[in-house]
Amino acid sequence: MTSKNKWLSSPYILWSVMFIIIPLGMIFYYGLTDKTGAFTLENITAIATAEHAKALWLSLLLSIISTVICFLLAYPLAMILSNMKVNQHSFIILIFILPMWMNFLLRTLAWQTLLEKNGVINSILNFLHLPGMNIINTPYAIILGMVYNFLPFMVLPLYNVLSKIDENVLDASRDLGAGSVHTFFRIILPLSIPGIISGITMVFVPALTTFVISTLLGGSKILLIGNVIEQEFTQASNWHLGSGLSIVLMIFIILNMIASAIFDKEGEGSML
Amino acid sequence: MKNTAKHIYTALIFLFLYAPIATLMVLSFNASKTRSKWGGFTINWYSRLFQNEEILEALGNTLLIAVVSAFVATIIGTIACVAMTGMKKRSRTILMGITNIPMLNAEIVTGISLMLLFISMGLRFGLGTILLSHITFNIPYVILSVMPRMKQLNPSTYEAALDLGASHVTAFFKVVFPDLLPGVLSGFLMAFTMSLDDFIITHFTKGAGVDTLSTKIYTEVKKGIKPEMYALSTLIFITVLILLLLVNMAPAKNKTPKNPKPL
Repeated sequence: MTSKNKWLSSPYILWSVMFIIIPLGMIFYYGLTDKTGAFTLENITAIATAEHAKALWLSLLLSIISTVICFLLAYPLAMILSNMKVNQHSFIILIFILPMWMNFLLRTLAWQTLLEKNGVINSILNFLHLPGMNIINTPYAIILGMVYNFLPFMVLPLYNVLSKIDENVLDASRDLGAGSVHTFFRIILPLSIPGIISGITMVFVPALTTFVISTLLGGSKILLIGNVIEQEFTQASNWHLGSGLSIVLMIFIILNMIASAIFDKEGEGSML
Repeated sequence: MKNTAKHIYTALIFLFLYAPIATLMVLSFNASKTRSKWGGFTINWYSRLFQNEEILEALGNTLLIAVVSAFVATIIGTIACVAMTGMKKRSRTILMGITNIPMLNAEIVTGISLMLLFISMGLRFGLGTILLSHITFNIPYVILSVMPRMKQLNPSTYEAALDLGASHVTAFFKVVFPDLLPGVLSGFLMAFTMSLDDFIITHFTKGAGVDTLSTKIYTEVKKGIKPEMYALSTLIFITVLILLLLVNMAPAKNKTPKNPKPL
C-alpha cells in the first residue's frame, strides 16, 4: 500500500523496542555486571563450574534426544496426514492445538499418574504379563514429557511443507523411473527442509530451556539448566548469575535462529 | 495392508497425545483425593468447584488476561501487517526478524527479560505486568496468521476503492479488512490459546497474590492438586471442543472457497 501508511507501523515498532529489544538488553546488562555494577565475565564463565556444566550437558543431551525422537515420530505422521487428500487443513491443525486447551501443567502431571509404579501403564503391562517399567523421576520420564509436549510443534511445520509439494513433481519423478525410496530422498526430503529446520527449532529450544517438565516428571533431584536459572531468579535472587547463564543459553538459541534464517528464508516452514 | 499400518500409526500417536487428557477427565470423577487410587465415581468435585473461590478467581484472571491480551495483540499485529506491506524490503525484513524473536527465543529468557524490565521501570507486579507480557508474546502469532492473507491481497482493489472516492479508512474497512478477516480471527484464537496455556512467562511476571490457573496449579504441585482443578479443566476442554466442532461444522454447508475457515 502507499507510503502514507508508514506511520501505521509505529505502534508495533515502539512496542517491540520497549518489550523485546530493551528487555533483552537488560539481560545482557545484568549478565555482564556484578552487584556493584562493574563489568565482569564471571557470570558467563560460571557455566564452567561442575554443577552448571553438568546441568547444561544434561539439558543438551535430553533435548537433542527428544528432538530426534520427535522428528522420527512426526515425519511419517506428517506424510500420512498430507497424503489424506481431504481438504481438511484447518481440521488437522486443530487436533494438534486442541490439547493446549487443557492446562499444560496438568497434562504433564497426568503422565505421573500414567507412569507411576502402580500407574495405568504398568497395570496394563502387568495384565498382559509384560515386565513393568519404572521410569518416573528418571531422565527417561523427562524425555517422554518433552516429546509429548513438543511433538505438535514438529508435526505442524512438517505437515505444512509436505502438503504443499506439487503432486506433479512426484509424478514426474516416478515417470522418469525413480523408485519410491529414490523419490523420497531426492525429492520429498529436500523439499521439506524448511519444515524440518523449523520443527527442530520449535522443539529443541523449549526442550533445552525447560524447567517445568524436569520439575514435574524428574522428581526434584534432576537439575536442567532451566532449573538452575529459574532458581537463581526465584530463590537465590542472584539475577546477575541467572542473566549470565541465560546469555550462555541464548548462544544456542541464536545458532538455531541463524540456521532457520538460512534454510527457511520465506518462512515456508511456519506452524500455521 | 499398507493403509492399515498407516491408520494404526496415526491412532497410536493420537492415543499418545490424548491419553493424559483422558486421564485428567477420569480423575475429575474420582472419589479418592489422591491421584494414584480410584475411589469410585463421583461428581462431587464439580459442585465443590463452584464453591472454591480461589480457583474461580484464578479462572477469572486467566480468562481476563487471555481475552484482553489477545484482543490488543490482534489490533497491534493487524495494523503492523498493513504497515509492513508498505515498507521497503530491508526494513520489513528487520521488523519480521524482531517479530520472530519472542517465538524463537526460550520462554524462560523472555520471562526473565520482561521481569528485569518491569523491575527497572518500577512497575508493580500484578495483572498489568502479566498483561503486557502476554500481549508481547501474542503479537507474533497474530502477525504470522495475518501476513499470508495480506500477501494474497490484490492491491488494485484498494486503489480502485480510492479512485471511486472512498477515504483510506473506508477503503480499508470495506475492501481490505474483509479479506484479512479469516487471518485476523485465527490470529486472535491462536493468541487466546497461547495466553491461556502459558505458564513460564506468567511465572516470572506475576506478583504475589495474583494467580492464573497455571501458576495456581504449579504452587499446588507439591501439596497435591485439588481435584476441583481436574473438574475445571475438563469443563474448559469440553466447552472448547464443542464450540470448535460447531464452528468447524457450520460453514461446511455453504462453503465458499474464497473464505477458508479460521483454524
